[in-house]
Amino acid sequence: MATNSRREFIKMSALASGMLLVPNFLHGLDRGGLPLLANSNGKRLVVIQLSGGNDGLNTVVPYQNDLYYKARPTLAIPAREVLTLEKGLGLNPAMEKIRLLYDQGYVSILNSVGYPDPDRSHFRSMDIWHSASASDEYLNTGWLGRYLDSLSGSSANYAAIEVDDTLSLALKGERYTGIAVQDVKRFFQATNDHFLKQAAQLHAQDHTHHQVDYLYKTLIDTQQSAGYLQEKTKVYRSKKEYPNGEFARNLKTIAELIASGVESRVYYASLTGFDTHVRQASQQANLLQELSEGLYSFVEDLRQQQEFDNTVIMVFSEFGRRVAQNASNGTDHGTANNLFLIGGKLKQAGVYNDGPNLQDLDQGDLRYSIDFRNIYATLLHNWLDGNAAGILGGKTQLLTGLI
Amino acid sequence: MKTSVRKQKLQHLYWRAGFGIPFRPDQANDGIKKAVRDLLDRSSQAVPLQVSLPHTESVLSADMQNADMRQLRQRERNKGFVLLNNAWLQQMATSEAQLREKLTLFWHGHFACRLREPRFALQQHNILREHALGKFPDLLLAISKDPGMLQFLNNQQNRKQRPNENFARELLELFTLGRGHYTEQDIKEAARAFTGWSYNPQGEFVFRARQHDRGKKTFMGKQGNFGGEEILQMIVENPRTAEFLTTKLYAFFVSDVPNPERIQSLSSYFYETGYDIPKLLEKIFTAKWFYEPDVVGSKIKSPIELLAGLQRQFDVTYADGRSPLVLQRALGQELFRPPNVSGWAGGRNWIDSSTLAFRLRIGPALLQDAALEVNLKPDDDTEPTAPRKRRQDGLRIVRAKADLNGLHQQLHKVKDQDLIHKLSQKLLQVPLRPETAALLSQHIPAGVAHADKVTLLTLRLLSLPEYQLC
Repeated sequence: MATNSRREFIKMSALASGMLLVPNFLHGLDRGGLPLLANSNGKRLVVIQLSGGNDGLNTVVPYQNDLYYKARPTLAIPAREVLTLEKGLGLNPAMEKIRLLYDQGYVSILNSVGYPDPDRSHFRSMDIWHSASASDEYLNTGWLGRYLDSLSGSSANYAAIEVDDTLSLALKGERYTGIAVQDVKRFFQATNDHFLKQAAQLHAQDHTHHQVDYLYKTLIDTQQSAGYLQEKTKVYRSKKEYPNGEFARNLKTIAELIASGVESRVYYASLTGFDTHVRQASQQANLLQELSEGLYSFVEDLRQQQEFDNTVIMVFSEFGRRVAQNASNGTDHGTANNLFLIGGKLKQAGVYNDGPNLQDLDQGDLRYSIDFRNIYATLLHNWLDGNAAGILGGKTQLLTGLI
Repeated sequence: MKTSVRKQKLQHLYWRAGFGIPFRPDQANDGIKKAVRDLLDRSSQAVPLQVSLPHTESVLSADMQNADMRQLRQRERNKGFVLLNNAWLQQMATSEAQLREKLTLFWHGHFACRLREPRFALQQHNILREHALGKFPDLLLAISKDPGMLQFLNNQQNRKQRPNENFARELLELFTLGRGHYTEQDIKEAARAFTGWSYNPQGEFVFRARQHDRGKKTFMGKQGNFGGEEILQMIVENPRTAEFLTTKLYAFFVSDVPNPERIQSLSSYFYETGYDIPKLLEKIFTAKWFYEPDVVGSKIKSPIELLAGLQRQFDVTYADGRSPLVLQRALGQELFRPPNVSGWAGGRNWIDSSTLAFRLRIGPALLQDAALEVNLKPDDDTEPTAPRKRRQDGLRIVRAKADLNGLHQQLHKVKDQDLIHKLSQKLLQVPLRPETAALLSQHIPAGVAHADKVTLLTLRLLSLPEYQLC
């Protein structure tokens, strides 16, 4: 800048944008301009991603299996400490709250979930889980994004909300993508620039340059969604107590969006830090406790709002870890893993299938017995009324008796 | 030709063949043919990217069972990638060899590897740089022998007794022929031909004869005791390879909307010239259709084009080396870290509501020395989260300084009433609609000095979606 100091400048731009009277049409458009969500059966999916590769064997512990104790001399969780379930499995002692949900018939645990030719890179394996591709196939869209694409009629981007600043591949479709919102108020403020709102309105009816139109359309959708979310959520605040920390805060945000009547089908949140190569025990216990307590408050909150029966929560990680511990009291990247479904109306709660086979390993790694895409297919078909075959490429099978 | 029309064309050429035209007083005003020639000439020499990476040898040889050493190694590697990233971005912003920088970026997305070791990444980068403007068969051979590539696609595990098909599969599917133009059997046979292609710890290609399968192979209908070189030769003899590459180059340099007729004619020419990359580009850049309204301003800038362009035109300097990587990751394109071997999808895949909102804020924020905040998702492959030090790590703050002097100097004689028009022509590759121009003028307070008007208008123009196009 030639002459002005930064402060003077900011004063000046504030003045510049304050000079215009903003007409009221924006509010009208925020309400009227948004398409309603098509085909809604009122059911929703909440996806919880455990980033870093959660060690499944110390989450759902095969405490009656000697091979487990042999493979992990210092890291195995003693049988007397696990929270016993069934089929010789028990939860990590840090997961008391999940155990409470389990006892009420709200939890289903699927073992040995994975895919053929597993990739041990965090990024690539997460890519595979997000896009629901085969391990030698590369897709630019995510499974939930393609679900949005498949809905008949038009869709609003708040149909799938990720509580974060950036959007995961899972929620990106060809025609429609979800929206990333960490904090509704902050998101609203960030997209509430008067000048840009006016500029966008000038393009609302315009179809001259396809790329310009496309960007303006995305901008208008974003502005409208931000306005809609702000408007919807400004009254209700959850009274439920949640534990401290960002993860629980994000779950609370989701509960508030749901209780405020936001018509989203899909919510997405992550808990990070599971890459426990070193001194795993305490780090993983803290994370599992955070997960478990956060989810418990979330479920209680939804139950009080009578929204739990309409909700299924899926908890997954990009891979499990190797069966044997390493020399640093940690574990390295592995393959198949367990996956949790939590909901008020599960067809079958409990441990869905037998625990992992520790005898028949693939070079020290677990073999998968349930392809994760079959779980996706079941959620899409049985729960979200989606066209699973179209979304996942038709090679999947539905899991029976689950949801 | 009217000067302003010619200027617009040059601007278009420079955005596509490079990263925009810097605002300098001595701006050239050549005809297109001469400008294209000039671009090619300035890029004719391949100068390797020079980066002195941290000395990781001692760390490399250390006992990697030791967790602290592993962490130390990872920190050193991350430092290396910051240096590589900064150095290349700086080159894009300042180098005279704009076309070579752009082509190297293209090939980086084409032969997309996520490598762990910065030394290997630099070596691979310089192979792409060296052959970027040569003949494709030379590039293909060099990159097929590149240790980084062999490592990334597991060819060191490709042995006679136990072939690994990863490299052969991506070679056919993503690098040359494209899906549907080979069989699964072709992949298997090609994999056999590449058995024994390996490298040593010094990062040199090694042919391990004992691991090589000397037997007879049948590849795309031909039989022989083929080695890797012969497979590559047969691949480039197939005109389908020219078609596949031309389609991709067209999407990168011209338009996301394929034009089969143009692509067919360009691809035949490419094939006839023995895959001469500069000749193909010269043909594209001098074609009349390259300057038509359906092409000009029709591409969404990639995050790298956006950031390198800002740096080139406004001399952006970041407060620290991490900052540009933060922006790249938030926008979905981090140099040296493509999402997978198929590279960045590009086009409208760059855009979702979060990335667009962030893009619109970046230009104005950098130019105002304002802080940009963003929560990044973790990258566990490179940044293993240490115990008890977690989520707050996601929050990153980017600071930078910029300089509008060049732009001010070019505009100080422009009358107030022409300012919006002139400025939008310089900053945008699509025409600004009259209504938007009127709106802009309403947002400029009366009685503001000329120079401040330029600044305010620039900030507004950079916040418009139109600025995201080139």
